[in-house]
Amino acid sequence: MSGPSLEKGLAAFREQIDAPVAAFFNSCMHCGMCADACLFYTETKDPTRTPIYKLEPLRKVWQQEYTFWGRSMKALGMSKPVTDEELGQWEELVYDSCTLCGRCSMVCPVGNDIAYMIRKMREGMAAAGHAPDGLIGATKRAVTIGSPMGVKLPALQAQIRHIEEDTGLEIPLDREGVDYMCLLSSMEIMNFPEYTAALAKIFHQAGVTWTISSEAFEATNSGIQIGVSEIAAELVQRIVDAAEKLKVKAVISPECGHAYMAIRWEGPNLVGKPFDFKVVHILEVLDELREQGRLKITGKEMQRLTYHDPCQIARRGGVLEQPRRLLDMIADDFVEMPEAGVMNWCCGAGGGVSSNERADDLRLKVFNRKKEQLDAVQAEGLVSACANCRIHLEEGLEEYHMDLPVLSLTETIAEHLAEDKS
Amino acid sequence: MSKDETLGEALRRQGVTRRGFLKFCAATASMMALPPSMVPVIAAALESARRPSVIWLSFQECTGCTESLTRSHSPTVEGLIFDSISLDYHHTLQAASGSAAEAARETAMEENHGKYILVVDGSIPTDNPGYSTIAGISNRDMLEEAAKGAAAIVSVGTCAAFGGIPAAKPNPTGAVSVSDLVHDKPIINVPGCPPIPVVITGVLAHYLTFGTIPELDDLKRPKAYYGKSIHDRCYRRPFYDKGLFAETFDDEGARKGWCLYKLGCKGPTTYNACATVKWNEGTSFPIESGHPCLGCSEPGFWDGGSFYSAISTPTEDIPKAAVYAVGAGAAAGVALGAMNRAKKQKSVDAHEKVTIDDLDKEK
Amino acid sequence: MTETEFLLWVRGPALQIATIVFVLGIVARILQMVMLGRKANLAEARGSALAGGLRTMVTRSVPDKGTFQRSTFTIVSGYIFHIGLFVTIFLFAPHILLVDEVFGLSWPALPTPVVDATAVVTIITLLAVLIHRLKDPVMRFLSGFSDYLVWLVTFLPLLTGYIAFHRIGLSPTMLIALHILSVELLMVLFPFTKLMHTFSLFIARYYNGAIAGYKGVHS
Repeated sequence: MSGPSLEKGLAAFREQIDAPVAAFFNSCMHCGMCADACLFYTETKDPTRTPIYKLEPLRKVWQQEYTFWGRSMKALGMSKPVTDEELGQWEELVYDSCTLCGRCSMVCPVGNDIAYMIRKMREGMAAAGHAPDGLIGATKRAVTIGSPMGVKLPALQAQIRHIEEDTGLEIPLDREGVDYMCLLSSMEIMNFPEYTAALAKIFHQAGVTWTISSEAFEATNSGIQIGVSEIAAELVQRIVDAAEKLKVKAVISPECGHAYMAIRWEGPNLVGKPFDFKVVHILEVLDELREQGRLKITGKEMQRLTYHDPCQIARRGGVLEQPRRLLDMIADDFVEMPEAGVMNWCCGAGGGVSSNERADDLRLKVFNRKKEQLDAVQAEGLVSACANCRIHLEEGLEEYHMDLPVLSLTETIAEHLAEDKS
Repeated sequence: MSKDETLGEALRRQGVTRRGFLKFCAATASMMALPPSMVPVIAAALESARRPSVIWLSFQECTGCTESLTRSHSPTVEGLIFDSISLDYHHTLQAASGSAAEAARETAMEENHGKYILVVDGSIPTDNPGYSTIAGISNRDMLEEAAKGAAAIVSVGTCAAFGGIPAAKPNPTGAVSVSDLVHDKPIINVPGCPPIPVVITGVLAHYLTFGTIPELDDLKRPKAYYGKSIHDRCYRRPFYDKGLFAETFDDEGARKGWCLYKLGCKGPTTYNACATVKWNEGTSFPIESGHPCLGCSEPGFWDGGSFYSAISTPTEDIPKAAVYAVGAGAAAGVALGAMNRAKKQKSVDAHEKVTIDDLDKEK
Repeated sequence: MTETEFLLWVRGPALQIATIVFVLGIVARILQMVMLGRKANLAEARGSALAGGLRTMVTRSVPDKGTFQRSTFTIVSGYIFHIGLFVTIFLFAPHILLVDEVFGLSWPALPTPVVDATAVVTIITLLAVLIHRLKDPVMRFLSGFSDYLVWLVTFLPLLTGYIAFHRIGLSPTMLIALHILSVELLMVLFPFTKLMHTFSLFIARYYNGAIAGYKGVHS
């Protein structure tokens, strides 16, 4: 039987439920604190958007299938099974109203990692045919074309030519045996070619060898966002094949939160074996170069800067100190927003929300949380390290009539590179 | 001793001074929580009271209650008051025996019908009437007959009040209390094994003074004596509040007079006047002697588990149950866990690859 | 059944049954939970999962500043009634004596007037918690029968214990029996309800901290 079905969805739930999920559901006392941790609740005051409630169908399956009491009730015909209609109702909660930012997972007093469970729940939702059309489209494009935005190799090559002309530096394509293979997100290829230019400049100055693979340049992974492990694994495998083919030491994840999560943390688990190469975030690479004294900087940004931690890079990814050390080099007046770092508020567009047109209004509405956080520090420039955050931040700032430039950390560093004398 | 002699006359004849008598009245007033202004009233009432007829019936008992009341070391006002009532029938104390004794009882019941006080000690067997008879009359029949003409009934001792030791498990005689059988007369329970003598005389004094029975609690005990627990009035209470307990009968805590809760003291659940009135003419009470309260004035005190373990402690072997439960829980948990794993594996095995063609729901 | 017989049943067979259900249920439930297992993480670790897990088991008891400000009532009331329950259950002299009698373990008690005052504060807080659950839009929305049941069986031992201590209304024998019975009700329902969080929250926190710690994040 092909095509989505309720049975497939529920089977996926059963497959996904593990000891942590059982411990989490077992421990929830319905205190409601996760609601206050979630921008989709704080900005809408809609109790259905309480993070733990978004998992209700998954919780039901756990209770009915994996607990003594639930099994007994089920055997006696006293429990209501999860219906397809129910999953349909939850689609909007699981995909539109959650960016997998994991802020609730930091707040829950009993320690429930709710984002971990939402990620798992999406496996069942997608298998049951309850993924948003926008994400389905992006996933199809990622698999068939190689990019969720439909960016093909010729488009990349065209961008590379422009960048090479602008910078006078070579963008090495498919070069074997180099240190790093750089991945790019479609957003960076189409909207922010400056990122690739920045890489060229920085690596040139630091003497780092690098390349871009023509077979696997896309960093994002729609398979993870929609919640289909097989598709996610297929997309990861492309990168693994390319990295192995080019015999690189490490793969660099670009300024994109979910891309980092996909390749760094989920990647080996999706393909089922550890990688032979390292996976690092561009900020980790830059910080390492800084530490080694290979990043020569001149001049500082004089306006008041603040930094938006992309959830999957900071809270869910562990890259927290590196951007601050880098900013210290280039920022004269750096200020932290309240609750920055692991407790940072999500921009509202991650986790596939930005690919889901149905959620467009909602994500702009909940951007108000970010606005209030920004208002508290009166910054004159907002630095971040995620192209997806960046696009949404720009959109949100415009929506809320805030005149604040959004900067890429990598690009800003590239702008402050000391002139190469050699 | 003439029946027309007043109580006051009888007391004076027996050498009790006016001063001693007033002292008794004051003590009675204080114990019954009456204002001092009531002392002369009590004195006047008692002095002029005609000695009431009292019929004392003893059923399944050990005579301990009678002993408690009569075996004082020296004559006391309490004892004399007791002596001064017209005790028309008491088969332990009376001189008459056999049919003469029973005739005295019947005469008293007839002459004072509706006015006499019936005192009962001992419980009443309801199983086989032959378990306890007097002059061929079963205890139950005798009680029911005597109760008919009584003005009030005083159940002296825990057996009469609550069934006591004869009613303890397995209660072979089907023993019951007076109040289990008599429902249409005022009953005053004066429980204790034995009860404090002054409580009985106090109740009689109250009846003689006011012609009514004193205020009772829901177990029909005079509130004046049974209103507070031993624990509340205990001089060792501060040690309880501080958590200082004797662990054994001869440890440091025991020598220092610490709380006996841990040695099974039933003070917290026992309502009696021992801690204030004390025994043996105010000498001491059990806790003062270093022994925990047994709770003898409470219903079912004999069946409440060991005298030497606290009232709240389990009577069954809990650690053993817990150990078995851990074993059984581990077995059940592993079995349930294995079932879960099998179920999960089944879903994993049945997993069909989801491709991009499997995402769209047919609309 | 007389009061004494009732008390004897409550502290005898009933307690035994409750203990068996309580212990068996908890052990079985934890095993059933943990045996679901989880996959080994194949990604290269940045930090220690074990250290992260153990750290979060402790640190999750202290909220961050922003969360405290947003959920002040829930946090403060939660602290008060949990500490209150701990004090009344474990630092009340007769309770310690009970444990001593049954398991031979003993520790110092707090003065009874202190425990008494704590009980009053805890009772009031639990009532406030219930009102909050009924009034707060999120909690009211999330709460179902089991949430209120769990509240009730937590509240009853505290209430009956307080009444028994002060001997209000009924005979002391009956009050103690009712108090023990209410504890037994709690014990019997414990493994089948979210009261299990008492134990499972440490497992949950461990997993949360381990997942984050592996990635080098303090959660």
